[in-house]
Amino acid sequence: MRLHGDISEDKLEKVINEFIGPIYQRPPLRSSVKRVVRIKRVYYIRILEIQGRDVLLRVGCEAGTYMRKLCHDIGEVLGVGAHMKELRRTRVGPFREDETLVTLYDVVDAYKFWIEEKDEKWIRKVILPMERGVEHLPKVVIRDSAVDAICNGATLAIPGILRLESGIKKGDLVAIMTQKGELVALGEALMASEDMYKKDRGLAVKPVRVIMKRGTYPPLWKRRKSMEYKFFRK
Amino acid sequence: MLPADIKREVLIKDEEPTDPRYGCPPDKRSVEELLNSGIINLDKPPGPTSHEIVAWVKRILNIENAGHGGTLEPLWAGRS
Repeated sequence: MRLHGDISEDKLEKVINEFIGPIYQRPPLRSSVKRVVRIKRVYYIRILEIQGRDVLLRVGCEAGTYMRKLCHDIGEVLGVGAHMKELRRTRVGPFREDETLVTLYDVVDAYKFWIEEKDEKWIRKVILPMERGVEHLPKVVIRDSAVDAICNGATLAIPGILRLESGIKKGDLVAIMTQKGELVALGEALMASEDMYKKDRGLAVKPVRVIMKRGTYPPLWKRRKSMEYKFFRK
Repeated sequence: MLPADIKREVLIKDEEPTDPRYGCPPDKRSVEELLNSGIINLDKPPGPTSHEIVAWVKRILNIENAGHGGTLEPLWAGRS
């Protein structure tokens, strides 16, 4: 952020702290979203470095929070004005600037290694299994017998759950997983973790987006023995 | 620091073995399957739009379907 006037470090810190928590934002003119005033959460703002009128900040916020507008508004409150000079997003959900962050060159090279040298090592570093995309979500692990039902859109009932993570609240987005670690579906929690744990019946998670293909696991929700036999015959 | 970072405990209700005859752990998937359903955490170069980057990735990896989402441009490689 570049300030348009000189501000003491104390005043800067004080004003920046006012922007932590829920804030109002109306998207700027150049935006792809509808320009209505929305409430976005700013989880934290850390001042990393100050060099004259340039301030390096690290901001943790809800998706859809405009940094450009945040800088502008901080400038307004400070009185002197400010604008966003440079932006780099360092994390979203489970993805951050670590070994998984690759460039297009890496993608090209990794692909060439695989196609020409039959070396899988590089392409496996570049392309991550989709389960990496839900690492930040609370997980509910289910029995093999429940998997195909979920793949068909059935709501997950308590008996199907083997283990789950704490801290789930009703309405939360959760990841339904197999014991082998595969992502079955993204779902909405119909009850909290404590209830899923304590109760032995009831509907726990409603699938919102099924990921796993039907038929990956046998339809053991139908009449047991005959279904499993048919599954392996094909 | 972010809501997703809260520490969670695992609550175990029951245990049972999983049948190895079906399903496959993600790290054992074939490269073809990864190309079909994987994610690339791509450091997008400034300039080209995300849409153009997706087109390039489809060309480089020889796949039919790819998309992009969110910041830091993690990229879904879709069904090909």
